[in-house]
Amino acid sequence: MTAPLLDISELHLGVAVGRSVNRPLLKGVSFQIMPGEAYGLVGESGSGKSVTTLAVMGLLKKPLAVSGGEILFKGQNLLELPKREMRRLRGNRIAMIFQEPMTALNPLSTIGRQIAEMFVLHQGKSWDEAQKLAVEALASVRVPNPDRRARNYPHQMSGGLRQRVMIAMALACNPDLLIADEPTTALDVTVQAEVLRLIKELCAERGTAVLFISHDLGVIASICQRVGVMYAGCLVEENETSALFATPRHEYTRGLLGALPRFGSRSLHGRKRLVDIDSIIADRSKLTETRFIASRSAEEGGQP
Amino acid sequence: MTDPLLEVDDLHVRFSVAGGGLLGTGRRMLHAVNGIGFSLAKGECLSIVGESGCGKSTTALSVLGLQEPTEGTIRYRGQPLTGQGAPGRMQRAKAVQMVFQDPYASLNPRQSVRTSLAAPLRLHGITAASEIADRIEVMLASVGLTPEQAKRYPHEFSGGQRQRIGIARALILEPEIVVLDEPVSALDVSIRAQIINLLLDLQEKLGLGYLMISHDLSVVEHMSDRVLVMFFGQVVEEGGWRDIFERPAHPYTRRLIAAIPDPDAALNPGTKDHFADAPLPAGRSFAFDGSTAPDIFSAPPPSELVEIAPGHRMRLVPVV
Repeated sequence: MTAPLLDISELHLGVAVGRSVNRPLLKGVSFQIMPGEAYGLVGESGSGKSVTTLAVMGLLKKPLAVSGGEILFKGQNLLELPKREMRRLRGNRIAMIFQEPMTALNPLSTIGRQIAEMFVLHQGKSWDEAQKLAVEALASVRVPNPDRRARNYPHQMSGGLRQRVMIAMALACNPDLLIADEPTTALDVTVQAEVLRLIKELCAERGTAVLFISHDLGVIASICQRVGVMYAGCLVEENETSALFATPRHEYTRGLLGALPRFGSRSLHGRKRLVDIDSIIADRSKLTETRFIASRSAEEGGQP
Repeated sequence: MTDPLLEVDDLHVRFSVAGGGLLGTGRRMLHAVNGIGFSLAKGECLSIVGESGCGKSTTALSVLGLQEPTEGTIRYRGQPLTGQGAPGRMQRAKAVQMVFQDPYASLNPRQSVRTSLAAPLRLHGITAASEIADRIEVMLASVGLTPEQAKRYPHEFSGGQRQRIGIARALILEPEIVVLDEPVSALDVSIRAQIINLLLDLQEKLGLGYLMISHDLSVVEHMSDRVLVMFFGQVVEEGGWRDIFERPAHPYTRRLIAAIPDPDAALNPGTKDHFADAPLPAGRSFAFDGSTAPDIFSAPPPSELVEIAPGHRMRLVPVV
């Protein structure tokens, strides 16, 4: 049995309101990601999926603070790591792709330089060498004319290209874990399909584990092996992707799947009204009382 | 066959954009919409799908009167909505209204719901306070809000509730046509389901004609009666929802459908990615397959929409 790459256990996180009140945002979230595994976190806005990733990246800002639990990355507790050590890991061993590439890229610097910076900072390369590596990195995410594109500024590129640049930058140092926070929400469907395929192929090639955040169940299904469903700061159900879609056990998961206009269902069943989650359970706070976390079977240890 | 509510015929929209030259030399015409035609019947939902920049929003703005078409006619109940003898904004507002994509940006933060809903009524000559109050109450109830919520301001509502207010505002003048511009794409999954259900309920109850613009094809499949697939300002395929989603014939339509992140297809590969090739009419081929972008600064090469099955048309060119 291999050790998990990322092991989050009983993570509690809250927002400080005033001096003494601490409103909980995460109420004991636990999950593991094996090396090379693609794990999806799905949930609605406010369910706590993004703050979970920020906690992993060590990017929480006041008034948000972790109030309990641990985040083990390769056996190292990230929450107790000094800032300097964390900075060395971030971007190097754990990388992140953000939702909106335009706000994540520096508008005043060419993308070639921004990618090269990764090699200079984390691998101690010279700028000349790093620039060459940056062009290679752009080529690896299938940006046409990488030479010319490396000299472009972010505003000269389309949304799909910018997201490719983000991926190139994130994967530049061959990280062990890639965190993707809704990376395709701002893109057109056809571009989204290409970007998803790219993330999937590159990570499989390099054995990079992926923590994929989305509210789109279809996107999650096409990229992840296992899925955790978050609701109101709790992980309410976790299972292998196919099992979760075939036999959802938690009331909320069932509601979420029923609320999705499924492609092709109108041909089979006619135009039905979609499931209204509010109507399933009048008191939505009751939803977090039961949790269905499927245990990982022994043979799928996560090694690809 | 009833007369269509809305008829759009050979609509062209071109924009003049700055070229590279000094002092405005080298201005070029950007062909945003090239000869779109469709009709919308009462109680029907017609969807326009396509990627960003294909001209779907420009088409909708033309129908709303916010974008003057360069060529072509738009008729509402047989009366022209454009050019000479077109009605003013006031009459148009009673015919066509719009629900916007972003419920956070489309409501005035400094107006209470009541003020937002009462303004169009006052402008259209309904000034009796009791009648305004009655109509607002009825409208709020029909979109699933309570009359007490009328005195609140937009920031006091959630995204889904705001979209309900947006729908109420669009319907308060009792238009027959509602343009839905990505009505649910900014909303969460569960809220999205509620708004889709609400839109379908209202359509049945009021017999509204929906012109929906979307790139979310699962929502389009769920809601539409007919679908237009647009690619760079032209319709490449049109048909009933079954034609488009069960028997898509144009390569571009198939590419769009294949790109839908669909959990069922992702988990059971090979079930939905093969469509039987429709036989092309003799001597014709696809005008373009959607893999390369045409030049948007010149008029497209001549091609025509050919009917390949009743009500199912596709853009083809004669083989030379």
